[in-house]
Amino acid sequence: MNPLIENKKIIQKMKAILRGGMAAEVRAEGSAKARLAETVDRGTFREFSRTLVGGDPLGFPGYKEKLEGTRHKTHLREAVVTGTGRIGGIKTVICVMDKSFMMASMGMAVGEKITRACEYATKKRLPLIIFAASGGARMQEGILALFQMAKTSAAIALHDEAGLLYISVLTDPTTGGVTASFASLGDIIIAEPGALIGFAGPRVIEQTINQELPDGFQRAEFQEEHGFVDMIVERKDMRDSLATILRLHEKGQRK
Amino acid sequence: MKINRITAAERVQLARNPQRPTTRDYISNIFDDFLKLSGDRCYGDDKSIIGGIASFHGCPVTVIGHQKGRSLEENIEYRFGMPNPEGYRKSRRLMEQAEKFGRPVITFVDTPGAYPGMEAEERGQGEAIARSIEVMSRLKVPTIAVFIGEGGSGGALALAVADKSIMLENSIFSILSPEGFASILWKDAGRWKEAAQVMKLTAEDLKELGICDVVIPETTAGAHAAEEYIFDAVDRAVLGALRPLMEESGRELAKNRYKKLRNVGKINGRN
Repeated sequence: MNPLIENKKIIQKMKAILRGGMAAEVRAEGSAKARLAETVDRGTFREFSRTLVGGDPLGFPGYKEKLEGTRHKTHLREAVVTGTGRIGGIKTVICVMDKSFMMASMGMAVGEKITRACEYATKKRLPLIIFAASGGARMQEGILALFQMAKTSAAIALHDEAGLLYISVLTDPTTGGVTASFASLGDIIIAEPGALIGFAGPRVIEQTINQELPDGFQRAEFQEEHGFVDMIVERKDMRDSLATILRLHEKGQRK
Repeated sequence: MKINRITAAERVQLARNPQRPTTRDYISNIFDDFLKLSGDRCYGDDKSIIGGIASFHGCPVTVIGHQKGRSLEENIEYRFGMPNPEGYRKSRRLMEQAEKFGRPVITFVDTPGAYPGMEAEERGQGEAIARSIEVMSRLKVPTIAVFIGEGGSGGALALAVADKSIMLENSIFSILSPEGFASILWKDAGRWKEAAQVMKLTAEDLKELGICDVVIPETTAGAHAAEEYIFDAVDRAVLGALRPLMEESGRELAKNRYKKLRNVGKINGRN
């Protein structure tokens, strides 16, 4: 590790703290807050279910403490932020997963928040955008975490049947149960350059086939080549791309 | 018959017992006129998922299930019951076909999980499972899932989003194999027995959580030791579950299924 770069990072973090009076983590690139700030029209975001939390259905040793510690560290209650906002002036429901919270694994709270956001979009006939990032289903919540795959997919199905637009944005990394549910169900699927996207983790595959995986395996470019994403969009261009897609779906929908 | 008192780890071993009846055994003993249908119409036919149409007590149904092999040769061909995307795409095709012709869908769940291979990833394992789950969640025909052995992860869930879930006493359904769970959370796959104990993967645990509707007791030695009994018990359980569902309209079925999914592990809280 280069000490100079490390110092630079620390200085940047401190500057961030001084500038906004916010914790550095909140401003970190991977955070949902930062993503929302650069994507949603200023001052238009209204958060849903901010205090909603899940449970500890297995009574898994150490899980409650881990959650508490993560909440303290990240200033988040759970691994996804959901709400409504405008992008390029067009109202949309938006969900952003935050990998600083237990690798944005999907447990009961994450599944419930995404489902509620999707149901709201269906009811109000709004488009839905989900920025996916996840290590998969949250192990500590066992089978009830797995069931969030079914619940979220079923909610997406209803939104789809209502003829509404769902844009899935795959960010680094999107894996496991999230890839095998709502993240793969977008009308339009966008990926960020270099993002790891797949179902099984690279290590598990390597153990199965007993050989190393080639460079670029399961990256966004690989997924585009294999036909699983519509386009790769750089983060700096994401807001404009989303605004364009929303605009193209706003008019001309047959009643 | 009563549920036996054995540990979750012992149930995991029974669920994996290679002598246990597999999907095709249930098909040949419970259904008449089974007609196997093959292929996903995209790439190939995956033998680790078997599917087709059949007659169940005189009613045409679509039957789909994970298929494990009996011999090593078969197991290599079926990848030990771990499907590739083609399997899930075939299953989705057959479900949509069932809906078109108004046939109930009966699935048999028996897989360690979806196959974690390179080609599976290249051909979109995640997308194939996601679509299967999505389609099953909105089908306008009755759906019944019967858990006959292992039910591992999303690869099992893809065939298990049903109106009614029936589990054999020694079948399991879990987020991951106990070995995988122990390896991820404790960095020690050797602690799988302990994992099995905390994971709530048995039929009884899942009934308590509202994921399983009916538990079918097995004889002490397991399903393979009394096959005739188990085929008969599954037949009766499926018939019992199907009858009331046949009275509901397609819309009601989909609505109630959604409600059921919404209520599993329900969280209360302000929106």
